[in-house]
Amino acid sequence: MMTKFLSRNRHTVQRLGFSAITLVAVFTVLPIIGTVIYILVKGGSAISWEFLSGFPHDGMRAGGILPAIIGTLYLTLGTAVFSVPLGIAAAIYLSEYAKDNQRTRLIRIAIINLAGIPSVVYGLFGLGLFVLFLKFGTSILAASLTLSIMTLPVIISTSEEALRAVPQSFRTVSISLGATRWQTINRIILKEALPGILTGVILGLERAAGETAPILFTGAAFFLPRLPFSPFDATMALPYHLFVISTQVPEMPIQIQYGTALVLLVFVLTMNVIATVIRSRARARRQW
Amino acid sequence: MVDKIVIENLSLQYADGAESLRGISMEIRKNAVTVLFGPAGGGKSTLLRCLNRLNDLTDIKTGSGRILIDDENILDPKTDVIALRRKVGMVFARPVPLPMSIRENIIYGLELAGEKRKSKLDEAVERSLKLSAIWDEVKDRLDEPAIALSGGQQQRVCLARVLALQPEIVLLDEPTSGLDPFSTGKVEAALAELKKEYTVILVPHSVQQAARTADYAAFFLTGELIEYGDGKTLFTNPKQKKTEDYIMGRFG
Amino acid sequence: MEKSLSWREFIITRLIQSSGYSAILFVALIFFFLLREGLPTLSEVDASSLLNFRWYPIESYFGILPLLSGSLIVTLGAALIAVPFGIGTAVYISEIAPRWMREILKPLVELLGGLPSVVLGFLGILVVSPFLRVFLDLPTGLTAFTGSLLLGGIAVPTVVSVAEDALDSVPRAYREGAWALGATKWQTIWRVTLPAAKSGVLTAVMLGVGRAIGETMTVMMVTGNAPVLATGLGSLFSPVRTMTATIAAEMGEVANGSTHYHVLFFIGMVLFIISLIVNVIASSVVFRAKKRAERILS
Repeated sequence: MMTKFLSRNRHTVQRLGFSAITLVAVFTVLPIIGTVIYILVKGGSAISWEFLSGFPHDGMRAGGILPAIIGTLYLTLGTAVFSVPLGIAAAIYLSEYAKDNQRTRLIRIAIINLAGIPSVVYGLFGLGLFVLFLKFGTSILAASLTLSIMTLPVIISTSEEALRAVPQSFRTVSISLGATRWQTINRIILKEALPGILTGVILGLERAAGETAPILFTGAAFFLPRLPFSPFDATMALPYHLFVISTQVPEMPIQIQYGTALVLLVFVLTMNVIATVIRSRARARRQW
Repeated sequence: MVDKIVIENLSLQYADGAESLRGISMEIRKNAVTVLFGPAGGGKSTLLRCLNRLNDLTDIKTGSGRILIDDENILDPKTDVIALRRKVGMVFARPVPLPMSIRENIIYGLELAGEKRKSKLDEAVERSLKLSAIWDEVKDRLDEPAIALSGGQQQRVCLARVLALQPEIVLLDEPTSGLDPFSTGKVEAALAELKKEYTVILVPHSVQQAARTADYAAFFLTGELIEYGDGKTLFTNPKQKKTEDYIMGRFG
Repeated sequence: MEKSLSWREFIITRLIQSSGYSAILFVALIFFFLLREGLPTLSEVDASSLLNFRWYPIESYFGILPLLSGSLIVTLGAALIAVPFGIGTAVYISEIAPRWMREILKPLVELLGGLPSVVLGFLGILVVSPFLRVFLDLPTGLTAFTGSLLLGGIAVPTVVSVAEDALDSVPRAYREGAWALGATKWQTIWRVTLPAAKSGVLTAVMLGVGRAIGETMTVMMVTGNAPVLATGLGSLFSPVRTMTATIAAEMGEVANGSTHYHVLFFIGMVLFIISLIVNVIASSVVFRAKKRAERILS
């Protein structure tokens, strides 16, 4: 009798609890979907070929956002050039070479630290070192370097995880067949970890593409009459552009604001989707 | 030279100080199957991994002793470890097919060494797969991923992978644990063929396998070599009481 | 042939090693530059006026307390939102949701993590803040609360992914043991699984909080940018200014080398140190069991 009562009570509790948690999850996820759809709807009407390929007119209130799009592409590329090789190499070091000692622990703490530094502090650092001290000026170069250091921890951690996921037995077998450490890494480990590394790289670059604070004082310009053609030029960029037109330009047409937000969103989401697709396809094709 | 490998007073410790091998001395004969058997933790795998310096990868420190292969001490820091590993091949307990095709698996070691000539590589593939008694089963699917094979087939491919390098010594660490009896039989038959060309050292996964295959047998217990002798007689007439107890299954 | 191979190998190994150590180099560089430009503050502004309540740089009032309190209140609010929603969602994904739902939810949450903060700030200005102004009958919708709401949203993906990882790592045997003893799934979650994942969940929360403290654009756009000291609960619904927003907003108008310039770098230093502390503590509570060097069994 008692047990029947208790068990019925417990199951009610469980049902209530599950519903509550499910609601929490729904309330967390719904805003995400809502945000994307809202921007899609409100900004969709602004999208046209002129918008995507033209220059802004009338103090940003009309025309297109081509220089901002190109600028973001340049910055993303610039970030990739510096952070990808360095990040992957560092990940290889941590996964394949580093011993478990104080020095390695120091490196890991440094990486965790880099990951946690606020983006605006990176902006300050970039200003201090690249713009002023090294005299690069407000430039794509300075902004890319700043973004690269910010992206480094993401690339290092995801790449290291991808490398570690490759079974240790491959390394043992390879060495037992007369391979050097680098031969093993090059011929087997890197190849197998590549999809995971690529996913991490794309996610890291996606973050860099959407950042405003690090480029505020290091490379972003409000308006440039023509496209930048040297790394020492400043550039417009989508996130900065959106920030400016939504806070600093009076009588800014809402349409263009949403349109800009939509383009930025699409840019970022596309990278996200590509990364996810790479990850799931690789999982299906894995030979281990 | 009848003794291929001479082990002199080898002692080994783990990084935390626990002893793994204590004062092992033995001579291993050429062109024979020498079996190292005994309960788990006895030091057999550790000894095997000394022979191809695979222990360099772990935090095991050699305490003292020498291992002479063809009269050269391979524990000497100046030893060319890469060349050693080509000379002393190893097959592991779990088949580890590399994530590539069967053919690529076999020629992996040769490509590492710089061999590029297709004719040599093809010849090596056929020769070693035949030696491992699996040529007929896979000759039509050499470009398929090695992971698609059954466990027993994978293990024979792993053996072929080692043989492609034409080593002088072949180490096998419980190669048939996890394999079905048919595959086990094929591997054991291959060993009998192998010993004509190579020096074979086997850690068996059962005493029965040891008795079936051994020309010479060594009994290891907690890091010490208890008894070492002729394979035929050691299992029927062991000299040491501990050896007899283990063979009779009084402890395991 | 072997010789050239080992030469190449040597160079490659050295390159890889130096890449590994580069992280330390960069942290040191950042700290050094912050120090270089921030320390002059201590000689130009004396401590008592730094630790003051008035932030009005134009008239040389450099009291950073309102900024500190602004950051604090917004971060606290964000944590109050991110923790229940983050952990709840993590529990749902890890323990309750059916397999197909997991495959949808996980990428969705990751998507939220990828949304640029400026986009969230943008929506904050155009949608959330007017809504809150009407709904809560406030003089302005640009308040600390708005910032906390959006920051909570930004911190949630971090909390969810780390916490979900932690819950996932709890060995299946723990749950099965509880079920075998007659516990319901619900009871198992709260009495067995969650406590077992305690350190990982804690890490998740700390990393989420770390993310919130460091956010710049969103808070700059929606918290109203009034450097007023937060006093009591009411200030949650009035404008504030965070440290991050201060730097971002004022750096552009500052003369290179001026006191204002140095003070902004000084604030940057403070932020650097705070995030250093939070993140180092978070990672020392690491839940991933360290893999021991492979022992060779014989």
